[in-house]
Amino acid sequence: MDTLHDEKHRIILNEHKIVNNNSTSPTVLDDKFDIKKFRKIFRVVIVRHENYEMEFDLIGLHPFLANTFRRLILSDVPSMAIEKVHILNNTSIIQDEILAHRLGLIPLKADPRLFEYKSNWSAAANEKDTLEFELKIKCSNNKDSSKKESSRAEDIYKNTNVYSKHIKWIPTGNQKSKFKESDVGPIHPDILIAKMRPGHELDLKLVAVKSNGRDHAKFSPVATAFYRLLPDIKIVKPVEDEAAYRLQKCFSPSVITIRTQNNKKIAVVKDSRYDTSSRNVFKYDDLKDSVVMSKIQDHFIFTIESVGAMQPEVIFKEAVTILKDKCLSLLAELNS
Amino acid sequence: MPVAQLASSGVSNDGNKTFVFQGEGHTLGNALRCIISNYSDVQFCGYSVPHPAENKMHVRIQMYNGKAIDALKRGLEDLVKVCDITLEKFDEEFNTFKSKRES
Repeated sequence: MDTLHDEKHRIILNEHKIVNNNSTSPTVLDDKFDIKKFRKIFRVVIVRHENYEMEFDLIGLHPFLANTFRRLILSDVPSMAIEKVHILNNTSIIQDEILAHRLGLIPLKADPRLFEYKSNWSAAANEKDTLEFELKIKCSNNKDSSKKESSRAEDIYKNTNVYSKHIKWIPTGNQKSKFKESDVGPIHPDILIAKMRPGHELDLKLVAVKSNGRDHAKFSPVATAFYRLLPDIKIVKPVEDEAAYRLQKCFSPSVITIRTQNNKKIAVVKDSRYDTSSRNVFKYDDLKDSVVMSKIQDHFIFTIESVGAMQPEVIFKEAVTILKDKCLSLLAELNS
Repeated sequence: MPVAQLASSGVSNDGNKTFVFQGEGHTLGNALRCIISNYSDVQFCGYSVPHPAENKMHVRIQMYNGKAIDALKRGLEDLVKVCDITLEKFDEEFNTFKSKRES
């Protein structure tokens, strides 16, 4: 396995165990943490950025830092969510507490950076720390005669489904001049909140505040944020013809391609990045020695899936800034 | 007061101390531990969250020489630097990524 003795620090995935290779040069992992060295070798590469989803690589990083950033994103970066529901009337079949819980989980568009944490619940609602909404809806028989023949609840009744789009924002203080309804309200208009029948009625006042994921998961700004190590696959013995196709099937799609050379089909690694690192190759006795699967130990592939209030890059930067501010305030206290 | 020194726990002098962080958890605890235990004058550094219902985190530092509080300060300072470097490099890369995509 001499091919693996390169500059990269990797772990090799064997059938039943994981072994370290002897990398020729030291990496961040085996020597002392040093700021100057960190600055030199740490790299960021952005791979994919779609609306609310982002994938980027953090290279030359200690695992503890990757994990710290992940934890910060999940539970320290704040967002806005409905926290209090005043139920003035609820004659639908869904219980008050379950209704309130469902409402709390609806993602709001409001940018948490423009609000403050609510410090005092007994004080009156403040335009800087609270958003108020209203959900007033009543179900009735649909008088529209053209739909008489239909048996669908949506046609026979009016307002039989209560969606998040029925939530109306009530601006307080100067909020009206600062925001538009689309800036603060629910991100998705089509989240089903309750189903009703004629005579059922909802009359609710909703209060949204800023908090973080440590308080309740609904305040987490991300759907998920996770990292994994960069997988690397090397073919060390040529794999040909039928075996090549079998090898291709052992890995995720597009990881292995088949090339024709001297009238032979040869398996070649195209891109091991998106391999799931399943060890299917080890099912085949003739294939298992021709491939070496490994992971680069200081190459983290980060994926952030934002819920929608903030762009993923903003969430990452917020997380790092929160850690920095935390340290700075602790330092200030220790120095005083 | 978010940081305090634990009064009664084994040896406590300038070089050996347990610090109590109010309202912190594994996120800061592990990061600090990893940085501080790498310093050459630190003999031992560990952290714990003594009870999940108490919002507290302990960091224990034992030194070969020097003061424990200085190692803690240095750890926090280094963590701030790490954040700065991360932000700087991330911003740089994000801007080039954006301009590449737009062109």
